[in-house]
Amino acid sequence: MSTVTTRPSTPASPGAPHVPERLGPLVTMRHGLQLTWRSVLKIKANPEEVLGLMLQPVMFVTLFVFVFGQAMMGDWQTYRDFLMPGIIAQSVIFATMGTGFTLSQDVEKGIFDRFRSLPIARSAPLIGAILGDLVRYAITVVMVLLVGLAIGFRPEGGVVGVVSAAGLILLFAFALCWMSAFVGMLARTPMAVQSFAMILLFPLTFGSSAFVSPDDMPGWLAPIAANNPVTHVVDAMRALMLDGDAGGPVAWTLVWAVIITAIFFPLAVWAYRRRT
Amino acid sequence: MTDAIRAEGLVKEFKGKRALDGIDLTARTGAVLGVLGPNGSGKTTTVRILSTLLRPDAGHAIVGGFDVLREPHEVRRQIGLTGQYAAVDAELTGTQNLVLIARLLGFDRTQARARSGELLERFGLADAGGRPAKTYSGGMRRRLDLAASLVGRPGLLYLDEPTTGLDPHSRNGLWEVVRGLVNDGVTVLLTTQYLEEADHLADDIMVLDHGRVITQGTPEELKNRAGDQVLELRTVDGGQLSLAAKIVEAVTSAPVNSDGLVASVPVEDSAVLPEVVRRLDEQGVAVSELSLRKPSLDEVFLALTGHTAQATTSDDEGARG
Repeated sequence: MSTVTTRPSTPASPGAPHVPERLGPLVTMRHGLQLTWRSVLKIKANPEEVLGLMLQPVMFVTLFVFVFGQAMMGDWQTYRDFLMPGIIAQSVIFATMGTGFTLSQDVEKGIFDRFRSLPIARSAPLIGAILGDLVRYAITVVMVLLVGLAIGFRPEGGVVGVVSAAGLILLFAFALCWMSAFVGMLARTPMAVQSFAMILLFPLTFGSSAFVSPDDMPGWLAPIAANNPVTHVVDAMRALMLDGDAGGPVAWTLVWAVIITAIFFPLAVWAYRRRT
Repeated sequence: MTDAIRAEGLVKEFKGKRALDGIDLTARTGAVLGVLGPNGSGKTTTVRILSTLLRPDAGHAIVGGFDVLREPHEVRRQIGLTGQYAAVDAELTGTQNLVLIARLLGFDRTQARARSGELLERFGLADAGGRPAKTYSGGMRRRLDLAASLVGRPGLLYLDEPTTGLDPHSRNGLWEVVRGLVNDGVTVLLTTQYLEEADHLADDIMVLDHGRVITQGTPEELKNRAGDQVLELRTVDGGQLSLAAKIVEAVTSAPVNSDGLVASVPVEDSAVLPEVVRRLDEQGVAVSELSLRKPSLDEVFLALTGHTAQATTSDDEGARG
């Protein structure tokens, strides 16, 4: 047995000559996109999950509009128009919990160990997971809209208004993703992620203008709901879709998206690197 | 010859519990190093440090000529890792799993498909390449996992308990694959709790217990180190076994271990054999089997650690925290 350790003069991987010696932002992006492809493949490979993504909005829209509609606003059509932007936001925000859940699953199954033992950018698996999830959220948005259209929702904001509203909620979801990823990295099991996210997301969405105007809430709750970031998003979407004055709430939404990302992107990356 | 791995004084604590308590380790290039120990002995923690997944609290390691702490990216370019769990995407097909890794490693689309096909063929998964991995048997999943760790043709392969939970047939299949890789010149670090596995595959064995190296050497050396040979005997009439045990004990003056069917005792000098036979004959004990053999690694482990390899104190899960 020798005592000298020498550096190999040739790389040990002759079959993979393209493994870069350094990992610049371009390489990171390439790895991130390749792992996005993985996330998309997984969505495609899971028809049951896609079915769930599609049926849940059908159920929510139908129940809310027809069960609560008349009681809330006198007739269900009026409530339908009020509800649609809110329920799109709620569906997408709930779906962000999936990010933390799948990340936690990847850790649990040892798949992240595999990625982390490869000579690829450290943040690529996180980027891949989150970009892949944006595809999932886009499916959710389209599904809720289709259900709405089927029961007579005809947004006055037209295509431009609807597409802008969809873009805005996706942007907000992208920010929330990092929070979900952070929770996913801290929690020990995927189930823990799920229960923690529920506790967080229920008050966040229901305590907003998504289903009921904050003006109709009790005195102590109204100001909280009015300043809830989800209220800003929903108000912005409502204004865009129903052709109202969207300026203020859109600006607030962008500010919140930046704040949430600024806090949780570094935290998520930190927790991800720390997670062993 | 150079060493593929050279680690000194590795220490790692998890929440105050010492998982590794100063481990030195050397793996010769082109050889199989077997790291043997029960659950919780620090095997997985060692592998995770050497594959850059975990930073040691103290100590250092050079893998493939690079420092795991200062040059982790370079280390990752040299290694393949197959962990305790088959780390493949269950929803993706075998081909998709391998193509993904190949693309990440910089193969273009055509090269990636070619490499994937080559590996599926080699591991007997060619027919299953188009099926999602969740439809695979346990043995097939492990083989796919192993294939995934070999996409980049690493010179050094970590196999962390590769056969835990496999049936004997799948286990033998995996052993064949590992032997094939060694013939190709791949250095292998194998952890296992099966003494038989280390005995079959490893050129050098290192025994871990409670985060320390208990002993190391070739399988042959380890067996010799437990020193003695073992005398084993069965009697035609099981009722005579205790009488036979007393006789043997009188000759060898060592405690005889009897399980009701076989009596065994370590002996220092094979010259006791004729004496044992003579006395058994005098007492009229009919012997059905009498043999002298080297101790098994199980017996070696028992002799070195004071407990058997199966005794579980805690498990390696802490290493994943």
